Order: sequence, then C-alpha cells, then structure tokens
Amino acid sequence: MPLSHYTPCSHSKKYIAEQDRAGARFNKELTYSVRWGTVEFSRSLSLRQEIMKWNGWGYSDSRFLFNKKGQAEFTGKRYRLSGLILPSLKDWFEGTFGANLQHRSPATPSLNLSAVAPPNLNQPFVEDLKAAGLAVSHDPEDRVFRAHGHCLHEVFALREGRIGRVPDMVVWPSCHSDVEKIVELACKHNVCLIPYGGGTSVSSALECPREETRSIVSLDTSQMSRILWIDEKNLTAHVEAGIIGQDLERQLNERGYCTGHEPDSMEFSSLGGWVATRASGMKKNIYGNIEDLVVHIKMVTPRGVIEKSCLGPRMSTGPDIHHFILGSEGTLGVVTEVTLKIRPIPEYQKYGSVVFPNFQQGVACLREVARQRCAPASIRLMDNEQFQFGEFCFSLILLNFFLLKNFCFKGFDPQHLCVATLLFEGDRGKVLQHEKQVYDIAAKFGGLAAGEDNGQRGYMLTFVIAYLRDLGMDYYVIGESFETSVPWDRVLDLCRNVKERIVRECKERGVQCPPLSTSRVTQTYDAGACVYFYFAFNYRGLSDPVHVYEQVEHAAREEILANGGSLSHHHGVGKLRKEWMKESVSGVGLGMLKSVKEYVDPQNIFGNRNLL
Amino acid sequence: MFSVFIQPRHPVLKKRDDFEDVLEERRRSSDLRYALRCYTPTLYKGLVPCKASMLKSIVLQSDHLQYVIKQVSSESGDSAECVAEEASLILDEMAHRLQLSTIRFFAFTLSKAFKRLFRSVCVNEEGIQRLQQAVQEHPVVLLPSHRSYMDFLMMSYLLYMCDLPLPVIAAGMDFMSMKFVGEMLRMSGAFFIRRSFGGDKLYWAVFSEYVKTMLRNGYAPVEFFLEGTRSRTCKSLTPKMGLLNIVMEPFFKGELFDVNLVPVSISYERILEESLYARELLGVPKPKESTSGLLKARRVLSEDYGSMHVYFGHPVSLRSLAEGKINRSQYNLLPRYIPQKPRVDTHEFLNDAAFRLVRIQEENMVLKPWVLIATLLLQNPDGLELSFLTEQTDWLRHLALAFGAFLDWPNHEACSEVVSCSLALHRHLLSVSAGHVQLNVTDAPQDETTPEEAVFHRAVVVLSCASYRNQILHVFLRPALLAVAMQSANSNRKDDVYNCFNFLRNMFSNEFILCPGDSVQDFEEACYLLMKRGVLQVLEHEIVMSASGHSTLAFLCSVLDPFLQGYQVVCRCLCEETNENLTEKEFIPAVRSFALKLILAGRLKCCEALSSDLQKNALAALLRLKAVRKVKVGDQVTLKVNKIAVNSLEDTLGGKIPTLKPILARL
Repeated sequence: MPLSHYTPCSHSKKYIAEQDRAGARFNKELTYSVRWGTVEFSRSLSLRQEIMKWNGWGYSDSRFLFNKKGQAEFTGKRYRLSGLILPSLKDWFEGTFGANLQHRSPATPSLNLSAVAPPNLNQPFVEDLKAAGLAVSHDPEDRVFRAHGHCLHEVFALREGRIGRVPDMVVWPSCHSDVEKIVELACKHNVCLIPYGGGTSVSSALECPREETRSIVSLDTSQMSRILWIDEKNLTAHVEAGIIGQDLERQLNERGYCTGHEPDSMEFSSLGGWVATRASGMKKNIYGNIEDLVVHIKMVTPRGVIEKSCLGPRMSTGPDIHHFILGSEGTLGVVTEVTLKIRPIPEYQKYGSVVFPNFQQGVACLREVARQRCAPASIRLMDNEQFQFGEFCFSLILLNFFLLKNFCFKGFDPQHLCVATLLFEGDRGKVLQHEKQVYDIAAKFGGLAAGEDNGQRGYMLTFVIAYLRDLGMDYYVIGESFETSVPWDRVLDLCRNVKERIVRECKERGVQCPPLSTSRVTQTYDAGACVYFYFAFNYRGLSDPVHVYEQVEHAAREEILANGGSLSHHHGVGKLRKEWMKESVSGVGLGMLKSVKEYVDPQNIFGNRNLL
Repeated sequence: MFSVFIQPRHPVLKKRDDFEDVLEERRRSSDLRYALRCYTPTLYKGLVPCKASMLKSIVLQSDHLQYVIKQVSSESGDSAECVAEEASLILDEMAHRLQLSTIRFFAFTLSKAFKRLFRSVCVNEEGIQRLQQAVQEHPVVLLPSHRSYMDFLMMSYLLYMCDLPLPVIAAGMDFMSMKFVGEMLRMSGAFFIRRSFGGDKLYWAVFSEYVKTMLRNGYAPVEFFLEGTRSRTCKSLTPKMGLLNIVMEPFFKGELFDVNLVPVSISYERILEESLYARELLGVPKPKESTSGLLKARRVLSEDYGSMHVYFGHPVSLRSLAEGKINRSQYNLLPRYIPQKPRVDTHEFLNDAAFRLVRIQEENMVLKPWVLIATLLLQNPDGLELSFLTEQTDWLRHLALAFGAFLDWPNHEACSEVVSCSLALHRHLLSVSAGHVQLNVTDAPQDETTPEEAVFHRAVVVLSCASYRNQILHVFLRPALLAVAMQSANSNRKDDVYNCFNFLRNMFSNEFILCPGDSVQDFEEACYLLMKRGVLQVLEHEIVMSASGHSTLAFLCSVLDPFLQGYQVVCRCLCEETNENLTEKEFIPAVRSFALKLILAGRLKCCEALSSDLQKNALAALLRLKAVRKVKVGDQVTLKVNKIAVNSLEDTLGGKIPTLKPILARL
C-alpha cells in the first residue's frame, strides 16, 4: 500500500483529542444497564427457562427478523440494538449467501412433547432425593432444555423438532451440601450425573452419551447463585458456582467491584462452567483468564470434596490441583464454590477503533502491541469480510461517507481494509496515556484511528451476533464460530489457510454459493494470539446440511492443527473435538488425565464422556 | 480441474486434448508487432507485488537466511557481516533479472528461428486454459521434460504468447560461461545454480530461500526440470528431489495453501542435438557451452526439424497429492525458519510424487510415426524391404495405440505415405536403396578409418536412432518386462513369472521410470494389456501364451534386448576386471573398451552397450543391489566388486539360471 503521502501522527493526534472529549461524556452505568437485562435468573427453578428460547440463542423476546418491507429489525428491549431497523442487512444477507427472503426454513414452533422419550428413572434414587428434600423434575420441557448446548447440530435438530437422548430427570441443589448429598446418592444408586450451568457449551459437552444405559440426571446449579462473602482487604469474593456471569458482575458492581471476567457468553454462562472449561474473558489483558482469577475452588467428586486448605495467592505444593479441575468439563465432579479475585470498578473506560489498510498490517500491529506488553483491556482485529459485514449491516465502522472517502483517498482499499476495536480501562490519566501509546504503534502500521463509537458498537455486536445465526437458519443459512490459539508467526498463514480450506471444502461438498468464511484475532498473548473463525453457508439443495457442515468444520479443525493452531483456546473439547485429544496432549498426557479420572470417579458417575 | 492422480492404470482410456499450431499465426502476421504487443498476463490472486531488486533484500533479510548466516559464522569463525556479504554475492551470481524488453527481443528472434526450424509448434489449447486458471488460484510450478536447450526458450515463448506470467527458470551454472547469452537468459528469467554444492549450507540456504520467496509471494511461476539435466537418450531420467523439496516446503509449513504442479511434455520430431548426444554418450566430450559454439550451431537453422509438440498436463494440486501422506503438524514444534532435513516419510512422499510427475510427462509425450520405424529398424540391423517395413509399422502402430501411446499419426494418409515422409525427414540416419531400408551402419569403411572408428561411426547412428525408439519405451516397458519374464521363468506359474518380472523391474529401475513400490500394479497392468491384445490368457495361477501371441511377445522381448545385453556386458566386464582398485572414474572407459573389444571380436552385435548412460545406470543398479560397493580411498572412490553376486546377476539376466531368492508376491 502506498502510504507515503500521509502523515499518520498528525491524524492520530487529532482523533485522540476528539476521543478524549467523547470519553469524558462516557456513562458507565448506562452502558451496563443497556447491555444486560435486569432479570435475575435465580429467582425460581424455571424463570430462566421461560424467558429464553428453547431452540435458539438467548432471550425469547430478542430476535432478528425481516419485517414485511424486507427490512431487518431486532426485537425486544434488552439491547442497544433492540427495536432498530437495519435496512441494508437484507442486501448483505442475500448478496453474501445467495439467500432469498422468499425461501424460508422456519423452525418447528413448539416442542412436541410426544417426541421426548419417557424418562428412565432410577426410583430408589428419586425417592432418596425427595427424602433429602431436593427439588427434582422429570417434566419433558425441563429435560429437553438441559439436553443440549449451542452447537449447530444441536440447535438444528431442535428447530426440526428432533429430540435425541435427553436427561431422565433434573435436580436442583441449592448449596454445596446438597451437591454432596446428590453425588453420594448417585454413587449409591449408580446413576449418571451431568452438571448443567448456563447451557452455552459449543463442544457437544451437554449431549447425553448414546451408549449410556443408566438413568441420566442433569444437575442444574442455577439455584447456587449467591455471593457468600466479599473480602475487601484481600479483594476476593467467595461465590457459589451456579451464578450467571451478568448476575455476578451486577451484584459486585453494586458493591463497587467487578471480576472483569467477560466472556462473550457472560449473559448466560455460569461461574462453574467457566472453571470447568477454562474460560477466557474479553478483558483478560487486565484481569486474566479464569485460571488467573480463581484463588480457591471447591469441587464435589465421587471420592469426596477436593479443595485447598488456605487462600494463599500462590503455592508450591506439587502440581496445582486446580489444574485438574479447570477444564475437566464435568467429568470429575461438580464445582460448587469458587473464591475469585475482585477489583474495584475502573474509574474510566474508553472504547476506540483503528482502521488498517489490510489484515497483515493489523496483525503486525497487534503483534507489536503484545511485544511492548501494552495491550489494552481488549483489542480485537476483524478481517475485511467482517468489516464489510459490520459496514453493510450496521454502518458500524465508518459512519459517514466523508470519512470513507477520506480513507479511500489515503490509499485504503475497502476490499482489503480491516478494523481493530479497542477497550481501555483504568484511571483516567493512565488510560489516556495508554491510548496514545497504542495509537502511536498503530500509526506505524498504517493504522488510522476511526473513533470511539465504532469501537463501542463493535463490542456491542459481540452480544447480538449469536442471535444472527437464528435469523440465518430461518432462511436456509447455517453457520457457527470456532476458535484456536496460535503462535504469532503463524497467525496470518493459519487464517488464510483455514478460510480457504473452508471455501474449498464447501465447494467440494456441493454447497452452491461460496460460504462466508472470516476470521478475527480476539486476544493477544506474549507468544501468540487467539483466533476466531466465523463460517456460514446457504444450504439449499443439500440433503444433509448438518453433515456437510460437520465435515467442513472437521476439515477446518484439521487445517488448524496442521498449521500449528491448538485444539481449542477456550471453548473446550467436549465430545466434538475428543478425537484429537491424544494428538494434542500426547498418549502419556492423555493417560495421566485418564488415571486421574479413574481414581476420582471409578464408577464413571460423571459420565458425560467429555474430553477423554 | 485438479487431477488428483487418480491415475488411470489402463492408460488406453486416457483422453487427451487436441493441438493447435501456434506458428500458423506467426507465419501470417508481423513478428515485430507481435513482439511489441501489449502483454497483460493473468496474475495470481495472492500476488505480493515486488520488483526483482526488492526480492533480493527480502531474501537476504529473511529469518531463514539470517539464521544460517549466524550459524555459518559461528562455525567458521568469520564475522556475520562477512558471511552475509558472501550470501549477497551468491545471490548476485544466482538471481535472474527478468525484463520485459529482453522477452520482447526473444519473442521476435525466436519467432524467426522457430519458423525456420520447425514446420509447426503444436500446443494443447485446453492445457493453456487450465494453466491460466491454475495461475490465478495458487503459485504454480512448471515441470517440463528436458530433451533440448530449446525447452525453456520454448516454454517462455509460449507463456508470453498466451498472456501467462513469465516463469523464473532454474538453470545450470554452465550457461553462465557463455558471456553474452548467459546474461540474456538471466534477463529472460533464468536463475543460475551451481551444479554441485553438496555441503555448502550457505549456498543451499540462499538458493532455497530465493526460490521459496518467489513462490510464496507469487512472484512468478517457478520452472525447473525434474530430470535435472537434458536426457541424452530421450528416455525420461530418474527425477531429482532437491528442488522439488524446496518448492513443496512452503506448503508443508503452511506458508501456502496449495501449490499447483504442472507437468509439461515437450516432444520433438527431430532433436536438434541428436548426433551431439550420441557422440557424448560414446565418450566424445561435450563441447563446452560457448557463444561461438552457439553461433556455429547456426547451421542447424538451415535444416528441417519437423514439428514440435508441447502438452501442458493437468495441474496437480500438491495439497491433494499430500493428503493423508504428510502430517504437516510435524513442523509445529520448531520455528519455521530453522531448516529441517526432510523426514523419512516426507522423503518417500517426494520420491513418489517425483516419479508420478515424470510418468505424467511420459504419458503426455507425443510420438511421431518415425519412432515406430526407428524401433523396427533397430531390431533389424540388416534392414527391411520398404513394403514389409510399412506393413510392420502399421502393425506396431496398432499395438502402440492399444497400449495407450499418444501417437500423432496423420489423418487420412496411407501408411506408406506416412512411412516415406518419416524416412525423408530422417534420411541422414538411413540408407534406402532399391526398396531396401537400412540404418546407415554399413558405410564402406574409408581407407583411413581404423576398425574402432568404424564401430564408433556405426554406434553414433545406432544411438541416434535409439534415442527415437527410447521415446516409446514407456509404452511397451511393462508388457516387455512381462514378456522377458515369461521367457526366462521356464514356467507358466503366475508367481514364478511375477518373481522374474519383479527381478527385472528391480534391475532396470535406474534405467526406466518405474515408481518404487508399484511392482504389483505394474505386473497387473502388463497382464491386462497383453490379455486385452489376445497375447496371453491369465488364469488364476497361470499365465499362458495364446497361439497368436508369439510375434507380439517376440517383438516385446527384442525391445528390451539391447538393455539385457548391455547390462550383461557391464557385469561380465566387472567380473573379468583384474584391477582390484578400479576407481569410479575409470569405470566407464573400462566398460567401453571391454564392449568395444567384444564388438570387434564379433562376439557382441549390440552397439548400445557402448552408451555411457546405460553403463552408469547398470552400475547404479549394481550398487543398489549391493553387488558392488563404493569405498573411499583417499581422494579416490574405488569400486569393490562382489564377483559371485555380479556373476549370478549376469546369468539371471541372460536367462541361464532362474531368478534367485524368490520374493514372496502379493498376488
């Protein structure tokens, strides 16, 4: 790109000045209350189930649809986008996927209860539970709701009204000792327990194993959602593991604190789920990932309770037993209580965005930011396809035409440019200083600051993007996202190869229209980055679209591994990626994990068959 | 469009594209205007625009080269700057300086030259279209066959003509000794590699990084000759792996999504270097490439070289080729700039791929009627009646077609017409008198010539002629191996025949292109072809000759006969050699004089035993079979001969004793 004729420094200075003023107007509370609904999930056993979709993502009242004029709108009142009309989404949607609003593929409107197999109950176990005063249910809706995560094949089957093996009953413990009781009874009566937190798994982790012949009991932790104590001297909070992310954050906010752990699923995912999958949050650069945040974990296993004896910040007592628990994906026991680090709510928060002439320059900039260890709370880089999506649908990035023209003049080709979104947090002076440092680095890579609003909208999109899949599925478009982590020097090659592999595999499998195949870098580390892929295609004309989808995703994962990417950065392995575990951690590594499982749970009570 | 080596084991079914004569247009319009026309090549979609000068700095700054520079510097004690300077000089010596103006110059002069030399230059249009597609999608590696210096000039000429990107071509350093011409070639895209740089790490690093950088950036198609050098015999040569490994590595390491490998088959009705090659094979040293030599070659311009065919094969996707064979994650644990020796499985893959690519070249090689005639004339040293020759040629034509030969036989022309046309074009190798056709081998010896000189004179003609017969060997090879195996097996049992077949195949795998590990498939292919021709009946445990099969089998046996005899001569020579310390260098002269003696004594008729190519291949086979060992004594490499083993190989080849050590067949 010929960029010699512009002076990046003067530009970025100008933008920073503007953003500074905008930052001063920033109203934190408003953002929080707008972004997250105000429903507290734990009030009753079924409230959550009532306000959420049974066969799609998120709240029942929030969804994308094309109105009679063919304009897209987002319903409900919960999000900033709610109630907005998105006039150009239709054009993007039809253009990208070759889809047509005349061709609909609607979901089955409601759950056909007769499709649910009658429960295989272990009566003595049920009676013992009832005797112990525990809430249980074998209502089909309760069971179906807890039988799946959000993998494409799971949601697709629900939309078609196909119900596979579901748990035979649901039990709701309300505290640690309830869980101890349940696990003890499960061992006694040999039933299979599957812990259930927020239900946002994307690794087939919640699927009931077909080969399981015992009674399967879903252990729903949603009633264990209290903050038990907050220790302001040590900045820790002791929390029950069933608490949902947004509730935890809101309740801590009320006390002036936060955890800073914000995975994209935080509206619905639970603390216990984070621990069990080694979750990662958007702002990990400041607060760390879940393994950095936990000080203490209490887990109930068939062998008894596992926990450390003190709250020391670090220990040298052999291999860290927390690391057997973190990422155990419900195969060893139920996480009941967690002591987490907390931080005072940051004084100042500021969004930002930078436009780069191309993805290579963007990645080079992120690499430099990581090298200098000056990454903001969050920094993400979208590729050109995602930029175009944002641009088309929401006019997100470059609101005014004048600005776009300006960029084109500067040698930015709309077919190549890409955008990074930024979030800074901390005390005001430092944020501004930090911001300058990052924008200066960006300028060296041809990046131009593109405003605070664009950054903020970019992050907002994160929470609604999952709703878009449901819209696609109404019109013969299916898709999913998946992630990996990879050393810096391979980021570009991996992105290019995986995207191309997806396109090629789709073509070979008879997908008529080229798929949407895009990537973004969502986290930076000293030694590498986390990369996300979004992939969707129009499945008209395919007899078994889900199978095609799975084959392509499988090929994409093979490509990731062949290019030096990891099996997963934070989604986990579940049953979806199990076949690659041995290759990923070596035979000995797998054997070690198996022997732990063998010791902790010889009866395979926690029989979800994830991971190993 | 990506052929994935679903190789038709029954080549007869192979569909081939039609040809178009590209000279036709040149004969009608102005060459000058053609040379100056607007040239807008199709470009690779992922092209990183970059000038030749920038290329140099990218290579020198690359992590890989910097790493090797540091390594070499710490090993040799020279300063890193010093080593870097050396690297820069190597690169200067190597790098091409592709210029459109030079290409235009060549487009003009070559148009003139080609029109004088050739009646037509035929290219498969569809192949060009496939290439145009392939060039856009992924970096392309062009793999032409190598029979003549004309090959790469012709390649660039055609690519310019078809608005395809001009290739960069790996050329041997020997060209650089031609002062002016070397620089001209450099400016038309040639880059120069030293012939041997065995252990020179720095040289290897500069060279491999240079090639990889061009490939990765999509700078230009990379062109090189799998066979490494011009084949003097017109048989395909055993492929070399070095450059193939280099162009494949960016894919293995994930730096490229895919690479399109495009085999190109270039065939000549008459080879410009024909008699030059024959002399070279007989030990008359090859004239050093020099500009004056090239000018002298001007006289070639006045001769008729018939037509030329260029067939662009289907692009082979490296990704599809490597599917399931290469585990790319083996490169995950080492930074990619650190050079790694290919692992055993990678090496096997390379070897297999290289053989298959050469096989594709062979299969797409156009054969002229003369090739059939040359085959028959060699089998009948005393000559044939023209009418009988015509009849035989027609018979052979049908056999060749049945075996899948890519024969360019003129439509609607009587066989006799075709034969006499061919004879006219190659009259310098023949004598035709009173309807009797004979190779030009029995010229009345002039007074001054010694008997040795007469033999050499005859051998030049025979080897020239053999270079045409050799072009069709790949068609007859497998059935011929089977025919010889049946003859020497003394048994109809399928496994006995297979053992013999396998022995011969093994013996000749340096001589012909026989993919390692394909023994069973080759055997089955041979059986199938002969069965289809009604020559054999293949029963469950037996192979039986049909009543009508005799002539075909006899023909096939005599196709291989010169090689069987030649190898036996080599074995005999080694057995009778009294010098215990025969060096590798002395080997060829020793065998040559041994063969010459036999010929002069009338005990050997076959002149092909004099060919140094055959002798080298035989030695390579003996080394591979461990009947001969190389021992390094000081600077010399001497050959230690296991006379018992060599002797028994000779007897087995001569059909005197049955195949040793029956190898358990997977039949």
